[in-house]
This record gives sequence, structure tokens and C-alpha cells, in this order.
Amino acid sequence: MYTDKVLDHFTNPRNVGEIEDASGVGEVGNMKCGDIMKMYLKINDETNVIEDVTFKTFGCGAAIATSSMSTEMIKGKSIDEALNLTNRAIADALDGLPPVKMHCSVLAEEALKAALLDYQKKSGKNLGLNEDDFEDWDEE
Amino acid sequence: MRRVYLDHGATTPVRKEVIEAMMQVHSEVFGNPSSIHSFGRPARKLIEEAREKVAQAIGADPKEIIFTGSGTEADNIAIIGGARANQKKGKHLITTVVEHHAVLDAFKSLEKEGFEVTYLSVDGEGAVSVEEFQNALRDDTILVSVMHANNEVGTIQPVEEIGKICRERKILFHTDAVQTVGKVPVNVKEINCDFLALSGHKIYGPKGIGALYMRRGVRVQPLYHGGGQERKLRPGTENVANIVGLGVAIEHAVAEMPAESARLEKLRDRLIEGVLGSIEETRLNGPRTKRLPHNANISIEYIEGEALILSMDMKGMAVSSGSACTSGSLDPSHVLMAMGLTHTTAHGSLRMTLGHSTTDEDVDYVITELKPIVDKLRAMSPVWERFQKGLPIH
Ligand SMILES: Cc1ncc(COP(=O)(O)O)c(C=O)c1O
Ligand code: FES
Repeated sequence: MYTDKVLDHFTNPRNVGEIEDASGVGEVGNMKCGDIMKMYLKINDETNVIEDVTFKTFGCGAAIATSSMSTEMIKGKSIDEALNLTNRAIADALDGLPPVKMHCSVLAEEALKAALLDYQKKSGKNLGLNEDDFEDWDEE
Repeated sequence: MRRVYLDHGATTPVRKEVIEAMMQVHSEVFGNPSSIHSFGRPARKLIEEAREKVAQAIGADPKEIIFTGSGTEADNIAIIGGARANQKKGKHLITTVVEHHAVLDAFKSLEKEGFEVTYLSVDGEGAVSVEEFQNALRDDTILVSVMHANNEVGTIQPVEEIGKICRERKILFHTDAVQTVGKVPVNVKEINCDFLALSGHKIYGPKGIGALYMRRGVRVQPLYHGGGQERKLRPGTENVANIVGLGVAIEHAVAEMPAESARLEKLRDRLIEGVLGSIEETRLNGPRTKRLPHNANISIEYIEGEALILSMDMKGMAVSSGSACTSGSLDPSHVLMAMGLTHTTAHGSLRMTLGHSTTDEDVDYVITELKPIVDKLRAMSPVWERFQKGLPIH
């Protein structure tokens, strides 16, 4: 049911772990099935480039693979680019997910945005993120 | 790579003797069992021989056996057919919260027809209480269904006692014995049941065949309509090969049971002790002793079951889980939740069901290979991190 890319990222997840002096940390829970994902960002305050990113995930194969893929997609990218990353783009990069697993990719997008929100608070920069946006997430 | 199949609760490989018998039917006996000519007669004879084997295996009379298309179908005919045929006497039914969906969903559909259903709860080991059952009985109770043993955690239910009470009160009693035939003794007289469902593919027989025991004199309303086959309760030309396969399978399963169940029980205990002993924060789900001899269900805390299944699969081990992430419906196993497990603990549940192919080496392999897999998944788990830091787990 999973593509080779999903299985690859599940078996060899990239960027697992914590960042001790992270610029932003986001932890989110999946309302659907009770899974949890945590993302750590190291951001260069001057260039706004995400220099390092790691994750930890308690969830299924798709949740782990989307976490891993999302870290690969934003590492070395700017905050703006990261803000534009959608769960669909992550799923597409993995050559697709089974429909019942699309909500797991939402977890990855949500964790990233939560980490960026945390950075917004800590850095005082306005990234246009709003606490209220974390209430309901689109799963389509 | 070693391949270890530990999902015999899901299905079993078809045994050699069954394949041979079925091949012979397919190649030599194509006649319609309802035809009276020389092509049909051998087919009829084979069906009746199989019926005798099934009857003998569970202490029934051949006239009391109906072949069905699956265990699910046997459950549905007994429950829905039995309830509808007796609704003049009352509309109250009793079952348990840990039944297989073949039973639970049949009761759900009866609720829509105006029946009232009481769902008995279970204790922390998955067992129903006879006392709670007695308290649930009413004057208008007409049918009770309690599974013989649970497919997820292996808990064996006190069906004999429940059956006895039902018999005294003239209430129909059905038991789903899909998981127990060939594992523990199954005798319809000792269980005091009016109906009993069993299935071919859990006992090294073919898929898509089951049987329903229906005690002499018991009436049900047919769910299907057509020819006169199987006492009009399962009309349609019989699947002769599958029926023959079920007969051969159940005959062998019951004959080998004393030795095989004892062998599996030893392997199962070693597996349970090995896993609980080598991996911290693990727990056995279900009872230690009053459980199916081939069932081990263990929760490995702070990791998720689907990730665990995938990782084990990559090392050749086939297992299953009650995790929400494997259910498709995104709810964790209704059985584990009814036993009072938290969401997180149900998430990390691992069911290993042993069978013919299971050896000592397989058990050693699982015990050795499981720990590094769990370590890797825990290293990735934010919940494990919380646990280790002594933070609350939400
Ligand atoms: C307890 C129980 N009842 C019913 C069934 C359904 O049997 P079948 O697959 O033959 O429909 C199963 C098997 O999954 C089972 O474990
Ligand atoms: S995290 Fe639960 S289904 Fe993917």
C-alpha cells in the first residue's frame, strides 16, 4: 500500500532527533488517531534560512515518512519557502499516500508551522502566523 | 532472510491434505450436488461426508450442521435469523463489547430493526462476568451471543455457564467459535449452545467457507432466498471443494489438537517471557493462562503499531496490531479499549499468533530482532522522550 519512497523514508528516516539550542520547536497531536510529532528548527536570524531541522514522531509509517520528507524539503530553504510547504506537496514528493493516510501528512505540515510559530514568538519577527490557525486543519 | 509467520489468528496456510482433497474434487467431481444422476451423486456424497466430520468435531449431529460462505455468514444467520424468527417472544438481545465485527455489526443492524441490545462489558483481561450477564437478563430476552474466545487477546469466555443459564430460561444462545476450533476443546453439548459459528481458514482449511451449528428444533428466519440447499438457509449451489476442504481441515485440527496446542502453548509462553524480559515498558494484554494457546498480545509502550508491523515485516516477521493507525477507521481496537487500555497503550499493541510452522528458532528470532526495532522506533518517539524525562504523557 505504500510507495517505495514512503518505505525508504520510513526505513531510513532523515534528520531524526532533537536540536538543543533550537530557534523554534513545534509539537502537535493528530486529532484523528492520537499520534504526535515534534519538529525542531535552527534558523539563521540574519538570512532567515533554515540551517538545520530535526523531528521526532510517534505514529504510523506514513507519519514517519512524511516527517522525514518534510525535513528534507525545508532544510537549507528560507522561512518563506517553508511557510508555503503544504501537506499535499509532501505527499506528492513521496509519490503519494493512501487516502486514509493523508491526515498523517497534515501532521508534518502542522508540526512545521507550529515550530515556525514558536520561532515567531521567540524572535519577535512577524511571519504572519496566527495561533488560531492551528485549530482545524484541512485534510484534503 | 528468515520469514516468520506469526499471524495465524488472521488466517492460516491451507494444509497439504486439504489441498489434495480439494484438487481431487475440482478435477474429478464437477456435478451439481442437487442433480440425481451419476455426476451429481458423488458431489452430494462428499458434502454429506464433510458434514459428518464437522459434526463429529464439535459433538453435534450432522443434521445440525449448515455450510455457509464464511464464519461471518454463520454469525449473521444465527443472530439475525434467530432474532427475527423469535421476535414475537421479545425484542431484547445480549452480546459483549469484545465480539468480532461479524457479530457486533449484526447486532447493530438489529438495533435499526427495533431490537434492544445490551452489550456486556469486560474486565481488564477481556473476560465477561457471568454475574453481569445474569443481571442483564430480562423477561423479553430472546437471544444471547458470547464468543468462545477473543480473536485479538485470546481471552476464553465462560460460555458453558452462560449457555447453561440460557438453556434453563429457554433463551437462544449463540457462540462464535471461529478462533477456538482446533485450539481448545469445542463441544456444543458442554457449551449448551443453540448456535455455533466456525470458519475454515483459521484451521488450515480454505477461505470462504464456514459452518453453522444449529441445534435440532431451533428455527431461524432465512436471510437469503433461492434454492433448497442447506435447509434453505444458505441457498445456492454448494462450493463442494471448499466444503470438502473444511471437512478434512477440521478432522485434522481436532485430531492433532492435544499435542499441537501443548506445543504452541510452550512456544507462546517463551515468546511472551522473552519479549517482556528483554524490552522494558511492555505488558501482556489478556490473561496469562485462560487464553488461546497460540495467542500472544503485548503492548510495547510509546511506539505505534503500524510502524512496528512495517519494521518487523522488513525483517521477515508477519504480525498484527490493534493500533488506530492500522484500523482504517482510525480508532484503536475496540477490544483493547474495552479492556481499559489507554489510547497510547493500544497504539503499541502487537498480536503474535502462532501455528504449525512456528518453531523454537522462530521464537528466538523474534526475541532477538524485536529489541533493536523497538529501540529505533523509541529513539524517534516524542512520547518515549516524555516518558524518559518524567513528563506527563498526554
Ligand atoms: C472471532 C471471529 N469471528 C468471525 C470471524 C470471521 O470469519 P470469516 O473470515 O470466515 O468470515 C473471524 C475471523 O476473522 C474471527 O476471528
Ligand atoms: S499517524 Fe496514525 S494513521 Fe498515520
